[in-house]
Amino acid sequence: MSAYDVVVIGAGPAGMAAAVEARGAGLSVLVLDEAGAPGGQIWRGVEAAGPSRRGVLGGDFAKGADLAAAFRASGADYRPRATVWNISPEKVVDYSAGGGSRQAAAGAVIVATGAVERPVPMAGWLLPGVTTAGASQILLKTSGIVEPDTVFVGSGPLLWLVASQMVAAGVPPKAIVETVPHGRLMAAAKHLPGALKNAAALAKGVRMMWAVKAAGVPVHTGVTDVAIAGATHAEAVTFKGADGAMRIETRHVALHMGVVPNPQITRLLVCDHVFDTAQRAFVPVLDADRMTSRAGVYVAGDGGGILGAAAAVLTGRLAAMGAAEAAGRPVDEGARGAVRAALAKDAAVRPLLETLYAPAEAALAPADDVVVCRCEEVTAGAIRHAARLGAAGPNQVKSYLRAGMGPCQGRVCGMVVAELIAAARGVTPGDVGYYRIRPPLKPLPLSELAELGEAEPVAAQ
Amino acid sequence: MPTRIDAAGEPIAFTFDGVRVEARAGDSLAAALLAAGIDTTRRSAVSGMARGPYCMMGTCFECLVVVDGVPNRQACMVEAADGLVVTTQDGAVDAFAHEDGGREMLA
Ligand code: FES
Repeated sequence: MSAYDVVVIGAGPAGMAAAVEARGAGLSVLVLDEAGAPGGQIWRGVEAAGPSRRGVLGGDFAKGADLAAAFRASGADYRPRATVWNISPEKVVDYSAGGGSRQAAAGAVIVATGAVERPVPMAGWLLPGVTTAGASQILLKTSGIVEPDTVFVGSGPLLWLVASQMVAAGVPPKAIVETVPHGRLMAAAKHLPGALKNAAALAKGVRMMWAVKAAGVPVHTGVTDVAIAGATHAEAVTFKGADGAMRIETRHVALHMGVVPNPQITRLLVCDHVFDTAQRAFVPVLDADRMTSRAGVYVAGDGGGILGAAAAVLTGRLAAMGAAEAAGRPVDEGARGAVRAALAKDAAVRPLLETLYAPAEAALAPADDVVVCRCEEVTAGAIRHAARLGAAGPNQVKSYLRAGMGPCQGRVCGMVVAELIAAARGVTPGDVGYYRIRPPLKPLPLSELAELGEAEPVAAQ
Repeated sequence: MPTRIDAAGEPIAFTFDGVRVEARAGDSLAAALLAAGIDTTRRSAVSGMARGPYCMMGTCFECLVVVDGVPNRQACMVEAADGLVVTTQDGAVDAFAHEDGGREMLA
């Protein structure tokens, strides 16, 4: 088994920044990432993207290339296409790479596994042709693929970002169906003075929306009762809008209702979590150095609460500084103070975004006949019924109904299942908790388990 | 139909359910299939319903396919390569069960 001062899981903005910072402090670093190249989701394919694709994706995307270059030069051992499937309480990391399973002992673990999109359960969301908005963006970033027939449904900055990138690519989407309830803009407006501390982020948001509208993309706002029609494939989006009942024919629907921290590893390690009512999501409890309730386990980036890519770089640095300090290395307090100040400034825009784009009630409380657990096809009604019969939380619903027991292990449905049980019991999601997450985190061939062996690290260069 | 905004990546090809799929180097299998207009990649183990890629980032497991005879591969996480033989995954392929009856897919 190999041993490292720090094992970083994830090579997105937070993971790369953490690795660079930790290497700068003289620590030995292993970075494990599922993708074939650094960047994470936000900077996916950033090294390979040519000038034209970078132009379409915008300046914030291009910035990722600089960090990726610094990461490549950092001297961290980097294993792309590596899937972490277990971490023991002693911080031994099991991962699968190159057709075999390996182990690495970590002095500290920095979890930089980012966010996942909040599920948007509605009638028809299981149909082929329905993806997340993030999926549309991944297709654009990694393969330059765009679908002109796309109808975006939901709310949130990512939805507008992808739509504006499609416009920049010369292939605007067919329509935007926004579910932000009436009155939200007024409620969000009271956060405007605070948000102006990060005026650049606000200006970017306004520019994105303006570009989409200027391109003539029909934008339907304040809609309710959204459903996707189709028998064996998406055929149309139906909803109630300002002009009454509407139907837009399309074979490609991209759903989005914000992102939530990816909980798999912090839950696997049974770190303390709280339900953040502003983000409407579970977040791990972190100290000022980004350390969880488990000593030596840190969270960098959106996995510790949604703050976005710029903040992820900063929290990656903070986590690495914390790990370096714990390992007895000196930390430059001036630099640490500057990172914290930059983080506070960047986060100033969050209260506005969280208020404006809080998920619509329909996404948290879908109708009884809507399937919530996609893998096992468990409906919202069945989950409510189980809760009324006494299922106190997601784990009981799992054993009653198999919800969360399929291949995705609750990655997609977990948040909604907790919300449904909480509503049925008249308590908060924080009271009902979340799925217990166990190894293996991802399926792996038994043959790999059998040959658990020593890892030969691969240098980043 | 989806379009490509640039010509990046060498042309490659694999088969999906016996049909030749043109792709570009760097595509995931799922991306190549979607670009070719194929968005149904598995049938639900529960109802038999057609399903296809949903998240494209390894989270949802909706894109499970059989690659060169190995089931339960996430098409969005496997890079397309010349000559791969990819087929629809029909239902679940279970080779391992948790003590609580959980369907872990250790193939
Ligand atoms: S599309 Fe979600 S895991 Fe592949």
